[in-house]
Amino acid sequence: MPKTPILRPEDTIHSPSRRAALRTLGAGGAAAATLPLWARYAGAQSAAPIRLGFEMHATGIGAAYGRWYERTSIAAVKAINAAGGINGREVVMVTEDDGTDPKRAAEVVEKFATQHKVDLAFGTLFSNVVMAAAPRAGELKMPYFVVSEGHHVASGKLNRWTVQPGITDVKSQVLAMAPFVAGNLGKKVTMIYPDYAFGYDHRDNFPPAMKAHGGEVIAQIAIPPTETSFTKYFAKIPRETEVIYHVLVGPAVLTFVKEMGEFFGPSRPEIFGFIDSIEAVDLNSPGLEFLEGTYFWEGNPRYAQKDQTAFDKAYRKAVGVDDNGASVADPKDVSTYAHMFGCWETLYIIKQGMEAAGYKDAGDRQKLIEAVEEIGKIPASDQHPQGDKVFNGKTHQVFGHQYVSKVAKGRLDVVHTSTIEDGMYPDEVDYTTQSF
Amino acid sequence: MRRDYLVHGALLAALLVAHFLLPAYHHGVMARVMVLACFAIGYNVLFGYTGLLSLGHALFFAAGMYGAGMPMHLWGTGPGAAFAMGVLAATLVALVVGALALRTAGVAFMIVTLMFAQAGYLALLLASRWTGGDQGIVIAQAQRQLWSIDLSAEGPRYLAALVLFGVCLIASLALMRSRRGRVLIAIRENEERARLLGYDTFAMKLMAVTLSGTFAGVAGAGYGILFGYVGASFATVQYSIYPLLWVLLGGAGTILGPFLGTLFMYYLVDTASDLTSAYLLVVGVVLILLTLFAPGGIGGELRRRLWRAMP
Repeated sequence: MPKTPILRPEDTIHSPSRRAALRTLGAGGAAAATLPLWARYAGAQSAAPIRLGFEMHATGIGAAYGRWYERTSIAAVKAINAAGGINGREVVMVTEDDGTDPKRAAEVVEKFATQHKVDLAFGTLFSNVVMAAAPRAGELKMPYFVVSEGHHVASGKLNRWTVQPGITDVKSQVLAMAPFVAGNLGKKVTMIYPDYAFGYDHRDNFPPAMKAHGGEVIAQIAIPPTETSFTKYFAKIPRETEVIYHVLVGPAVLTFVKEMGEFFGPSRPEIFGFIDSIEAVDLNSPGLEFLEGTYFWEGNPRYAQKDQTAFDKAYRKAVGVDDNGASVADPKDVSTYAHMFGCWETLYIIKQGMEAAGYKDAGDRQKLIEAVEEIGKIPASDQHPQGDKVFNGKTHQVFGHQYVSKVAKGRLDVVHTSTIEDGMYPDEVDYTTQSF
Repeated sequence: MRRDYLVHGALLAALLVAHFLLPAYHHGVMARVMVLACFAIGYNVLFGYTGLLSLGHALFFAAGMYGAGMPMHLWGTGPGAAFAMGVLAATLVALVVGALALRTAGVAFMIVTLMFAQAGYLALLLASRWTGGDQGIVIAQAQRQLWSIDLSAEGPRYLAALVLFGVCLIASLALMRSRRGRVLIAIRENEERARLLGYDTFAMKLMAVTLSGTFAGVAGAGYGILFGYVGASFATVQYSIYPLLWVLLGGAGTILGPFLGTLFMYYLVDTASDLTSAYLLVVGVVLILLTLFAPGGIGGELRRRLWRAMP
């Protein structure tokens, strides 16, 4: 599979990777080589770069996401530096692979804090990895900006040092989809989801939301995580089902879609899924023809739309993604477009927070969290290309628009954009009452 | 005092001194390594000394971890009592698994233990209402206070890890110096002959599985309490392979081997990942080279070159 990255850490001295950063900072001779760069930030009170630890799923089950999270983050850091950095200081990214492994993730967070001495860590996606690493970040009193979608932040399971300002959580996404499903696709829904926590966010939150909009979930089919064949589960779908709601992740997704197509043939109910099922997968892959005419939730539309904003256009260009959501360097290298904007937006929230807090060094970490808690409304902009958002300082969770797209002629066309309010729910925690 | 106790005591003393000298990052690493070394010590009792290769030790580690973490999460149990519950849970699980799995031998034993561990892992996912499923459970910092000592703080955590490691290390040394320990070694060398001499080898092997599971439970409970996270990923097959690797690298059938292997493996991964993004390849190559050129592991080489009577 082609993996040609469009932007590697080595491509820019503004945003070196961990190795490049250590090389640059460790070797005295490198200072002379980067003199023009230092000179640019000479006006800042401290010329030392701001160091952001990027916890990357470079290996393990999250690698496809990690690759694109890294590219997006590198592009954002490059753009931030080109515009003068943060508080007039250069930003460098220090990358560590956590292997998408909870144990390693906690170790990486320690390494960031005590060895790399970064100002903060960001970028973690998988929920179990966040759950393992966040307590360590809290103990080390290091801000931890996750880009995970998990409801763990807003549910109150984590701590005051952990925030999710760049991407909405699954609970919000699920709630925002109910009005569209009930109003446009059908009232009787059968849900198919993985039989573990990611699926449970859907299982628990979607039925009450459907009920509130006059619909009903008539069956819930949980697929064990080790399953490789799905035909036997399709037989459990009730005949009166009007809509199938599916969300699966992992390598078995293609088999799932193919078998679902074989099971239903031409007469199928409406099908609504979460793009997670086919994130980083080419929509025109063999076996996915069955998806034509079905609907997907997207965090950010993969295909450039007719009414594409200037913000999305600039963001695509900066990250190196074409109008089909694939790498400009390799059209077969499909991005995780629905999620990776979270890294871009998170980095701009970090910039905003650090500038509001007058951040100088690790001693100002608490001020940074307090400044982020105050952010509130976030208008769409080049910094926030996915759309307007509202950050809830109490729950440390951002809320935003969600997109529903229909597969038509092998691409995804947006047919519905939810309001921010569609995805809102009562606060479950107030982190601002917790001590640091 | 006997030389072997002196040498192992010296290691513990060195680790105590390291508490005051190590830089912050390595201080944290050493705390983890010591807890995980308890897991490896347990594995060594079964694999290194008794000759039974289990592929299901993640189950015992997870039993200790969840046995401690769930009471803390669900009922607010204190860390002391929770730790005891975790160790007890692991002991009981090991006893039951051992009683069933020991009806088989060799490859079948490996497969049966692997299946038990896989069943345990899936059970943790399915009981997500209590176990937190794949996301796991975060044990709040406030809950990890033992007699007003904050176990989440760097210093107490290190010392607690050292106590756990010290107890496991000396216990395993005492076991292997005892009559029962020698019977285990006899079983490893020739089970038929041990049986012929009148030993109840099934009972002895069951004791080894149970003790091994208990050590793993100490590590699991300790890890959950000291590092604040209890998760199903620790019950995956990967965590059954790790102790095998640690013991093989460190030296199966040596008391120091599990610690040396765990330490070596940690820094191998950590250092290689600093040098290249293909660090897993580097780790694999190093493991192959070590297996080829030092089949007895680090401990085995020490025994061969420095101290032939090393336990």
